[in-house]
Amino acid sequence: MARTLFDKLWDLHEIRPLDEGESLLAIDRVFLHERTGSIALTTMAEEGRSVRDPKRVFCTMDHIVDTFPGRGDETLMPGGTAFILATREAARNAGIQLFDIGDPRQGIMHVVSPELGIALPGLTVVCPDSHSCTLGGIGALAWGIGSTEAQHAMVTGTLRVSRPRNMRVRFTGPRPPDVTAKDMILHLIGRHGADGGSGYAVEFCGEAISDLSVEERLTLCNMAVEFSAFTGLVAPDERTIDWCRGRPYAPGPDLQQAAEAHWRELVSDPEAVYDRQIEVDARQIRPSVTWGTSPQHTVALDGQVPDPASVGNPDTRAAMERALAYMDLAPGTAMADVAIDAAFIGSCTNARLSDLRQAAHWLQGRRVAQGVRAVVVPGSSTVKREAEAEGLDRIFEAAGFEWRESGCSMCLYAGGETFGPGARVVSSTNRNFEGRQGPGTRTHLASPLTVVASACAGRLRAADWPEAVSA
Amino acid sequence: MKPIRRFEGVVAPLLRANIDTDAIIPSREMKRVSRHGLSEGLFAGWRYLDVDERRPDPEFVLNQPAFEGASILATGPNFGCGSSREHAVWALQEYGFRAILAPSFGAIFERNCFNNGVLPIRAEADALDRLLGDLGSAPGERLLTVDLENQRLAWGDGQSFAFEVPEVQREMLLNGWDPIDRTLQYGADIDAFIDSDRKQRPWVYDRG
Repeated sequence: MARTLFDKLWDLHEIRPLDEGESLLAIDRVFLHERTGSIALTTMAEEGRSVRDPKRVFCTMDHIVDTFPGRGDETLMPGGTAFILATREAARNAGIQLFDIGDPRQGIMHVVSPELGIALPGLTVVCPDSHSCTLGGIGALAWGIGSTEAQHAMVTGTLRVSRPRNMRVRFTGPRPPDVTAKDMILHLIGRHGADGGSGYAVEFCGEAISDLSVEERLTLCNMAVEFSAFTGLVAPDERTIDWCRGRPYAPGPDLQQAAEAHWRELVSDPEAVYDRQIEVDARQIRPSVTWGTSPQHTVALDGQVPDPASVGNPDTRAAMERALAYMDLAPGTAMADVAIDAAFIGSCTNARLSDLRQAAHWLQGRRVAQGVRAVVVPGSSTVKREAEAEGLDRIFEAAGFEWRESGCSMCLYAGGETFGPGARVVSSTNRNFEGRQGPGTRTHLASPLTVVASACAGRLRAADWPEAVSA
Repeated sequence: MKPIRRFEGVVAPLLRANIDTDAIIPSREMKRVSRHGLSEGLFAGWRYLDVDERRPDPEFVLNQPAFEGASILATGPNFGCGSSREHAVWALQEYGFRAILAPSFGAIFERNCFNNGVLPIRAEADALDRLLGDLGSAPGERLLTVDLENQRLAWGDGQSFAFEVPEVQREMLLNGWDPIDRTLQYGADIDAFIDSDRKQRPWVYDRG
């Protein structure tokens, strides 16, 4: 029977069915961070259990650790140090690899794991972090779990999983040259809703997907969870295989050929049946930004704040009104008239080297508008080093951006650093929820290119330099 | 895990769509490496007029006397979407919630509920509206019986409706089983799978 890519990945890992719709799946990699991994590790120890195969479990410091130059264990977040110390000790006791503060491999988990070849095509990878779906960009079956399930995966090497249904999202036609992967995923969620992917494993395909670089595919799949999907997937191709080759944890010379032959089989059969299919005409997508407090509150940058009065469903209308009140925006306002206080480039969505290159490329010779605070936080210490070797840090700093150490930083507010109550931020992150970047902070999600263009204009603005996209 | 079979409780309505786990418990309220001490932070952004001073907002549903001691939350679609933080479930549970009624749930949140003995019940929005409309507004009239054994919600003079929970989860909750212990019973299957998989995909276990 014809199978989808997701079906094949499921079958490869199914140890046994448990009940209708639920199976025991083998888990190839577990990745933890100090925020939710710490409690998984400490609870495991308290319950007297241990990791089945410590070589396949990894941990990093990203969520709580400060990103200021010269950082240590002290954190702006009250009580943050306790999480760092507990994680360090628990990781040591569990015998797992920790990418600690100061380790050249430290960084945001979903940036670090593919960068080091820990996540690979065809592997099951789970992390107690919802953006684990990022790794679908290289054809890994990866999804976010809770801390209890992380413990389950570490102890048993398996998880009990309810089988999601299959969805295919096909992006047809070439995307316009100024449209990034971030614009594509925001557009999809804007059209089909923040719960549009609920219950599905979503495979992205089509001309506009094959055309994406591997890092852009990671960006696209990163926000599958904002679409409420179980995960996102892009079938690995030669671009993926080249990208994975030679990474520190990728298969060595003796196994490389066998692994790559296996990865080439990880595609949906032509006759495979999907439970739901969506077609998106990529030619119609424009650089996009969010206006509200859900990723589905998306509009093109040359568009306007929508009017709740035009919406029939009373619940949707009420949610829009609430969002407008929080965002302090009036219906009908042109997005290009919305003045910003801050600009942020960072996160597991958009802080890889290609993101920083593209943003810096556009930024060269320009200045951040007066009164706008601008910050760039590389996705990993490796990205930071590579960016510095290319001189990107100097471009950002010359333009007025702060250049930081790697971590999740202001993608989420944990009681530490924030742009402040009422501050309006254009942000390359993934969540514009109320309070996500701090109490009262107003988030507009966008691509790194839109972030730099807006930072320089002092208002929300698409970059006027389409060639930059191909960087 | 404490078994859930049948219980009666006050139902509190918080009928908004897409309530995310950042709203259920803001990251700043996760102050220690612990599953405990989280209930104060539950809905902190909405529950308090002043978060630092913990000054309650009398308008917020959980601060109203009629819903004191509520153990069932009725809410909107996609409840618990967003961040995977299990702290959202731990905070709800410590506050006293034992069941959540919603048209749909964030997938990770729903799993986290089952793993902690909190019962997520899927109920269509209009069924929920009917139920809430049926209940009186006086404190004694907000009571609902959750019967997991028979998968029924009951209230008033014999009104009820059926709900469905996947059988594996239902069994787990009814018995208060620990999922890790249950899985370890399949140890032989797991070992056999890994032995065979190691031959098929050796790079997964050792990079070579």
